[in-house]
Amino acid sequence: MGLLQTIGDYVLLMIQTFRRPDKGKVFRKQLFIDFQHLGFDSIGIVAFISLFVGAIIAMQMAYNIDSPLVPLYLIGYTTKQMMILEISPTIMSLILAGKVGSSIASEIGTMRVTEQIDALKVMGINPANYLILPKITAAVIYNPILVIFSIGIGLFGGWVAVSITGITSPVDFVVGLQSWPAPFDIAYAMIKTVVFAFIIASVSGYKGYTVKGGSVEVGRASTKAVVTSSILIIVFDLLLTQMLLT
Amino acid sequence: MIEVKNISKSFDGQQVLTDISTVFEKGKTNLIIGQSGSGKTVLMKCCIGLFDVDSGKVVFEGLNFSALSERKKRETRKEMGVLFQGGALFDSYTVEENVMFPLNMFTKMSFEEKLDRVNDVLKRVNLDNANRKFPAELSGGMIKRVAIARAIAMNPKYLFCDEPNSGLDPKTAELIDALISELTQEYNMTTVINTHDMNSVLQIGQNIVFINKGRLWWEGNNKEILKTDNPELNEFVFATELTRRIKR
Ligand SMILES: Nc1ncnc2c1ncn2[C@@H]1O[C@H](COP(=O)(O)OP(=O)(O)OP(=O)(O)O)[C@@H](O)[C@H]1O
Ligand SMILES: [Mg+2]
Repeated sequence: MGLLQTIGDYVLLMIQTFRRPDKGKVFRKQLFIDFQHLGFDSIGIVAFISLFVGAIIAMQMAYNIDSPLVPLYLIGYTTKQMMILEISPTIMSLILAGKVGSSIASEIGTMRVTEQIDALKVMGINPANYLILPKITAAVIYNPILVIFSIGIGLFGGWVAVSITGITSPVDFVVGLQSWPAPFDIAYAMIKTVVFAFIIASVSGYKGYTVKGGSVEVGRASTKAVVTSSILIIVFDLLLTQMLLT
Repeated sequence: MIEVKNISKSFDGQQVLTDISTVFEKGKTNLIIGQSGSGKTVLMKCCIGLFDVDSGKVVFEGLNFSALSERKKRETRKEMGVLFQGGALFDSYTVEENVMFPLNMFTKMSFEEKLDRVNDVLKRVNLDNANRKFPAELSGGMIKRVAIARAIAMNPKYLFCDEPNSGLDPKTAELIDALISELTQEYNMTTVINTHDMNSVLQIGQNIVFINKGRLWWEGNNKEILKTDNPELNEFVFATELTRRIKR
């Protein structure tokens, strides 16, 4: 199937998805379940990776900045900038694309091949709206929370690394964290995260929704969901950076 | 009443249904019979609009369903109960939640009223102790029965059952047949049942259409079917030792 056809199908599915839910109460219940599934359950992995990456970046920065002419607080500052601008929004989104994307695609794909989506349809329900809208909503609300959390944990990881290894003083590190605060950087990170969250949930929803066949195809769709959303995340990262930071 | 008018359906060049016309009557159990692979499921899915027909139309009480937009189809579908061949239960929900699902979506009943209704229909399919179980914890026959309970929970005007009693023991199968025919009369539903079970044919076959190689081969009722001289139908009807003995 051609790329244009796929994009067309995706847009049509999104039009079906973005309709008013049949019943607000049912939607809120689904949304709550998806918060739990897609958001809350990802806290552990996000915390773990952010902590380590923050520590590693601080150590790499210290390794790079060993000229006596460069002030040591730059270690804290560059760690902060890297976490906010790229590591937390983009790398965490890529990790969530793997975790959340595959789970969305396989859940919806399984419902497709076991005729559960047909069952919804013949009950008079709009299955795209019922299944995909809560997932997109959950991801778009929860991923920014996870990214803020990831920034915090990452900087803490850097501080811990600095304190343990003694490459610079923790006080200098904290001074670095506090220098040149740029609220727009946070806004840029949040805009990216929301766009990436939408990509992850909608692309994976589409891949699951359009599965044809059996369990093998469900597995394949879930792999494709991760690959496609990862590629799109990187492409949109470049586009958004070009639009917002230059 | 559902009128099927000249419908044909093919998949990538493979003709599955050819020019089928028939009428499924109200207040009657209408059976679609035929060998495995003859096109029964495809015909039923064309009727409920899960497959688009290549040509022809399906008319519900004078309403040309096939020509409706997806959004308009939804209104008619709220009056349908459908039992899929595989059950199609929502596997993340318990039995109770599955049966309650359409009630949650389309009624303003209180939880107690809904629960009463759920227990009522579950009792009718002889399942009263499985409310909290998940589909993965049920036997094949139990899945069928929960799916029937879900299909009838909303008192549909049209009931479609794809092999409601395959995989059930003879006693439960008979019970399900009796239940479906009872409900059909009680609520004056238009019921369409796919089956290749001769016992169902004889028990509840008030109007029977026989599909062979994707064509409508014969129409009649359960009295006429034993006297037919249509060779393909005879082959189908008297395929088992049991039916051959009945004939003798
Ligand atoms: N989605 C589909 N895509 C392509 N071919 C299909 C599809 N669904 C059914 N067919 C084909 O249509 C024909 C009729 O299938 P159908 O499922 O209607 O048989 P059936 O009469 O219900 O059989 P059974 O009694 O075994 O359920 C088969 O040859 C099948 O391969
Ligand atoms: Mg079938």
